Amino acid sequence: MTTPQQHDPDNNSQLDAQGRLRHFLTTEGLSRDQLTQILDYAETFAGVGERPVKKVPLLRGKTIMNLFFEPSTRTRTTFELAAKRLSADVLNLNIEASATKKGETLADTLHTLEAMHCDMFVVRHAQSGAAHYIARQVAPHVSVINAGDGSHAHPTQAMLDVFTIRQHKPDFSQLTVAIVGDIAHSRVARSEIHALKALGVKTLRVVGPRTLIPAGVEQLGVEVFHDLDQGLRDVDVVMMLRLQRERMAGAYIPSEHEYFRRYGLTEARLAVAKPDAIVMHPGPINRGVEIDSQIADGRHSVILQQVSHGIAIRMAVMAMTLGRQGGENTADEDAG
Amino acid sequence: MRILIRNGRVIDPANDIDKTADVYISDGRIAAVGSMNDFQPDRTIDADGCLVVPGLVDLSTRLREPGAEHKATIGSELRAAAAGGVTTLCMPPDTDPVIDTPAVVDMIQRRSRQLGLVGVYTLGALTKGLAGETLAEMDTLKAAGCVGVGNALRPIANSQVLRRAFEYAASCELKVFYDAEDAALRAGGVAHEGAVSTRLGLPGIPETAETVAISRALLLAEQTGVSLHICRVTTARGLELIQAARERGLAVTADVGICYLHLTADNLLDANPDCHLLPPLRDAANRDALRAGLADGGVTAICSDHQPHDADAKAGPFVATEPGAATLEQWLPLTLQLAGHAGLELPRLIAAVTSQPARILDLAAGTLTVGRSADICVVDPLAPVEVTADQGLSAGRNTPFAGHTLKGRVRYTMRRGKFTHADESHSA
Repeated sequence: MTTPQQHDPDNNSQLDAQGRLRHFLTTEGLSRDQLTQILDYAETFAGVGERPVKKVPLLRGKTIMNLFFEPSTRTRTTFELAAKRLSADVLNLNIEASATKKGETLADTLHTLEAMHCDMFVVRHAQSGAAHYIARQVAPHVSVINAGDGSHAHPTQAMLDVFTIRQHKPDFSQLTVAIVGDIAHSRVARSEIHALKALGVKTLRVVGPRTLIPAGVEQLGVEVFHDLDQGLRDVDVVMMLRLQRERMAGAYIPSEHEYFRRYGLTEARLAVAKPDAIVMHPGPINRGVEIDSQIADGRHSVILQQVSHGIAIRMAVMAMTLGRQGGENTADEDAG
Repeated sequence: MRILIRNGRVIDPANDIDKTADVYISDGRIAAVGSMNDFQPDRTIDADGCLVVPGLVDLSTRLREPGAEHKATIGSELRAAAAGGVTTLCMPPDTDPVIDTPAVVDMIQRRSRQLGLVGVYTLGALTKGLAGETLAEMDTLKAAGCVGVGNALRPIANSQVLRRAFEYAASCELKVFYDAEDAALRAGGVAHEGAVSTRLGLPGIPETAETVAISRALLLAEQTGVSLHICRVTTARGLELIQAARERGLAVTADVGICYLHLTADNLLDANPDCHLLPPLRDAANRDALRAGLADGGVTAICSDHQPHDADAKAGPFVATEPGAATLEQWLPLTLQLAGHAGLELPRLIAAVTSQPARILDLAAGTLTVGRSADICVVDPLAPVEVTADQGLSAGRNTPFAGHTLKGRVRYTMRRGKFTHADESHSA
């Protein structure tokens, strides 16, 4: 005995009875086909931003609320842009613990907002599991997109990273990918690991000091390196993570200077990677802390492409979750 | 009142009894186990197919009163305890106000005596306000009735304070009930540090949060001569440290919470906040080591570690919920269900919830010895108990076992020869 009641198995709660995405909470548990479907659908939106009329009417009449309990500029902006390009109405609400600090529970906040008849919540929250919790609370017609919860998941960021990799290196089965930096606190790293494993990359590495590599991470199917030169050898893709300043106070690392010395990406360091390796970063960049400016702005860098792909991915995920009744629309068919 | 409990399987580990027998109760005391001439019972209970065991003795039940009556009250939890076969329980000092003055002890004693359902004992605070800074008035607390002292789940960071507290408790001849957690290694954590916490992005609590604290406590116990009981061991390594100290001659006992013998960190994967415990549920290897420790005597007792919560405390993302599970009414079925694991026979398991915890608390309880107070539990080990979140007498609905059907229905609980619980449905 003694498995408690499986009242809400984590990995399936984002799918509806037909196995379609109802919410987008995590990349964990999604199959290669499901992930590929998201990427393919995002391709159809990739050109929308370059048209004279940057809009498709897929979500006309829908209301989307960006619910940010944690500050964010770029993620919120790209979600807002994605929603607007789908012709949805968008509300931005930066709660940042104001209402919740007043003793209002997360559930109460949510029900209040739901009474405003939103169709989708895009949620960012400092606590791991917050998006799943919110998804369990909302009415059946409401979708939830996880825009980052604690150290748990940031699935749209992972998908836009994977989208960017696919544009440059379409055959995942040949790829060696290294994720470098603060794996322990990174929701991006976790979501990337699940997505890249499901898509069948040949080798997936994580690189960082022991203080920033979480316990048991190898059970997610990654190889662990503590030395950057070894970790970067012959890689096709380098994904750098942002180093938060509070890691010094928490005694994870001594200083930014020493971190850069040991884990900062420089031209010299990158020399051991494949000659056509691409360098990625979810932003915002700490130049001279985790990455040298020469690399960030250099020929290997695809960092700015990541940002524009973020809009296409977020459009795809929003359209898939909210547009389920409408069947498989594409931007081309509906553009008008 | 003369009562005869007929034909049950009597398991009384303290007296090494395990046989089908009749139990005779007269004037609130055990009159005989086996046979007795000229006994005219006022009432006869047919215990055919049931186990007749001493009333359960719980080393740690949170009643939530005083201070958290929105979670549970002495009344609600003592009724739940009686329904779970419990006749004696011990409360940790982390009420609000903390049990660091005689007034709080008196209040708890008065309220529980009025109900008369369960014998309630209290642990006093080891440090004032459980703040870990200055000593509580331990001798005053002992005089008020506290059976030991402890600091509950508030680790004492300062080793000098812990050393003095041990020394002073030893002077007062008080046993220290020590929850072994290193404050800094535990800080902020909500889950066993390992593959599951990594997957869920939950702040981890490493095993060393426990083992470092156990090591420190054992060394200080050797130095100070205090009588030490380690509460809620969750790690294999912790048990090894305790065993090594015993081999050096330290008389140290240890208990485990019932949930830790069944559940593991894998149970967190569906983010069920009812599996949020402190210390955290650990991995299967540690869970198995606790079971083995129970079999070989490394673990002295099993407690319910009952911690009822209100719904709000368990609402929200896992990290935002309060730790603890309501277990009182599942404690005995979950204990019986361990029978069959290597070395875990029924007498050993019954001892772990009756005579052994009574010995740790130094109470004349947990046995069916003739002449002792008739504290008895009659349980049908095969009768199903369906666990649902809204059933049960505890005000806490936070059971990790909701949806399960356990085996082991408590038919009768008797304290001092009076029935405190009777389930006459006999449906099975």
